Amino acid sequence: MAYESSSYGGGYDDSYEERPELRYGRDAEQQEPDYDTNFVPDAVQSFVVYLYRYIREKNVYEILQMYELNFQKLSERMFKQSPWPAAEAIAPYVDNDHVFCLLYRELWFRHVYARLTPTITQRMDSWDNYCSLFQIILHGNVNMQLPNQWLWDMIDEFIYQFQSFCQYRAKLKTKTEQELALLREYADVWNVYGVLNYLQALIEKSNIIQILEDDKDGGTNFTAQNGYDFQGGGSNVLKVLGYFSIVGLLRVHCLLGDYYCGLKCLLPIDIHQPGVYSNVVGCQITTVYYYVFANLMLRRYVEAIKACNQILLIIHKTKQDHQASSQFQQILKKNEQLYALLAICLSLCPQGKLVDETVNSQLREKQGEKMLRMQRNDEAVFDELFSFACPKFITPSPPNYDELVNYNQDAYRLQLKLFLSEVRQQQLLSSIRSYLKLYSAIPISKLASFMDVDEPTLRLYEVCVVKFAGWKVSSS
Amino acid sequence: MQRDRLVATPERDVAPQYTMEQIVAVNPYNPDILPDLEAYVHEQVNHQTYSLDTNLCLLRLYQFEPSRMNIQIVARILVKALMALPAPDFNLCMFLIPEKLQMEEPFLTLITLAHFLETARFRDFWDEAERNRQILEVVPGFEQAIQRFALHVLSLSYQRLPRLVLAEAINMEGLSLDKFLEHQVVNNGWSVEKAPGGGQIIGLPANEHNYPELKKNIADSIPLEHVSKLFPVLT
Repeated sequence: MAYESSSYGGGYDDSYEERPELRYGRDAEQQEPDYDTNFVPDAVQSFVVYLYRYIREKNVYEILQMYELNFQKLSERMFKQSPWPAAEAIAPYVDNDHVFCLLYRELWFRHVYARLTPTITQRMDSWDNYCSLFQIILHGNVNMQLPNQWLWDMIDEFIYQFQSFCQYRAKLKTKTEQELALLREYADVWNVYGVLNYLQALIEKSNIIQILEDDKDGGTNFTAQNGYDFQGGGSNVLKVLGYFSIVGLLRVHCLLGDYYCGLKCLLPIDIHQPGVYSNVVGCQITTVYYYVFANLMLRRYVEAIKACNQILLIIHKTKQDHQASSQFQQILKKNEQLYALLAICLSLCPQGKLVDETVNSQLREKQGEKMLRMQRNDEAVFDELFSFACPKFITPSPPNYDELVNYNQDAYRLQLKLFLSEVRQQQLLSSIRSYLKLYSAIPISKLASFMDVDEPTLRLYEVCVVKFAGWKVSSS
Repeated sequence: MQRDRLVATPERDVAPQYTMEQIVAVNPYNPDILPDLEAYVHEQVNHQTYSLDTNLCLLRLYQFEPSRMNIQIVARILVKALMALPAPDFNLCMFLIPEKLQMEEPFLTLITLAHFLETARFRDFWDEAERNRQILEVVPGFEQAIQRFALHVLSLSYQRLPRLVLAEAINMEGLSLDKFLEHQVVNNGWSVEKAPGGGQIIGLPANEHNYPELKKNIADSIPLEHVSKLFPVLT
């Protein structure tokens, strides 16, 4: 699963990418690496030979073992600070199989992103690799059964690298002349149209939306077979990539601030039911996280709270199963972010009854003090929690390369600003709420005089903010 | 290294009989539809129609290619979004408009107007709207739409209200307000009584919001599409 630099610090902190040793590393792009990517150690040779064989045999179980366990083990043992051998170097061991090499290269780049810092050339080459891989899959020329975990990780990583590229591209201050030239020249690389259209194409070509519809009446058994196609001897790759692309679109739209469209894209998947998405832990957490966040920004607080509660319970119950997994850190991180989002939602819209006792006690432990401060309208806490829990928003358009400033925080600042203005609008409401707590039956005229506004204003305000802000007042 | 690989856009033949909504549903990530979406905004303005999905799609395309952004059109989209209240369309649009732009006119004014409406400060709203007529009068039907929204808000919180409150909320007084009240009494079940200290008390039809005992929504002075727009926001 993708590693995000925000794992290494609280808040919207991307200073990890600016650490001094990297700065020199980027400038010296032409420096000779001290590893030989043409050398194939025996362990790697063995790895690719077996993986290739299992893929040809459609042995999904073994493929998953190799993908989940062996790849991580070898990376940890032999490639902690260096890339795997180049695809060209291993190709002879796998009959120079074109598709296998594309898949291998996708793992190769993923490893670079996770353990090293990709150079601009590597970023661009990775884009090319995804294009080739998706083109081949879209043209129906891939006849494989790959584990859902792998297919999810592919979509997840594709979007992560897009996000990373937008961030990278928008930080112009430390760019070399060579980097700027490349960015200017290859404007189509990681182009937002390309990313969205690939996801859309996977959805359409796989016909996944119709399949999910048919699933409901038992017309197909996509969900029942967890996306696999064992009877037909066919391929699950296009269908399942199409399925995960639905979540992909939700995520990309959220990164662009387009929450309404994001949720619309997610409609074919019902997150209140189990499905293929809930059988891949990373997918389930990601899906619900973006669902919660989108609902929060759309002020649908009750919906956000319910979904938050549901996923936090699931994480609580299943966390231990994933301790050995490469994704464990990410799961923990998302867990903390979801608690932060829950704290925000409950502070804006107190609906304690919707929260399970297990979740509630964890919440009080992690965020109890912050929630008290939010209830007292401490805007700094809203800011802090939002910044910690929000996705890494992106500006989809290329920056002005002539102005060497850093634009990478612009998108985040806008979303934060809009969120905080919504919080402020709720402040009067929280005063009403606290008065209502003290007085069980208060004539509105008395309340108005306490709050030093005239009665009509208070009445209308109560309607607008309470009734339109997705929050039901429990008393009349 | 295939640097010249173009962005993958699925082949489409956009037949002229598709509506803009259909096009946006099927092929939204397509820079070629931008001019059509802009033309469609003008059509919405001129024919007093409205389409959230196509307008959001256009704002998204502007986000992808800021050099093609047309400020006039964005302003019109925002005015149309205000007219859609109580739907949260205005806020949806704001998420897609760059911060720098939001700090300039006419966006600053539109944001202020939206804020007044969302906090039911109708008096302030109409004053500010009057000061900025030029932004608003390019969109026919604006005043009527806001009046509809104001009535909607009033009907949720009042069974009986002073004439003055009504007048302030819908920016009507004197003879035109008298005429309006007459129409509402005859057609929509309103009532008008004399208040003890002078002036008038308007009685609004009962609905489940202003008359909690009632389970069913009886009031029909509110068009159905306004009530249904409320549903996604209420939970």
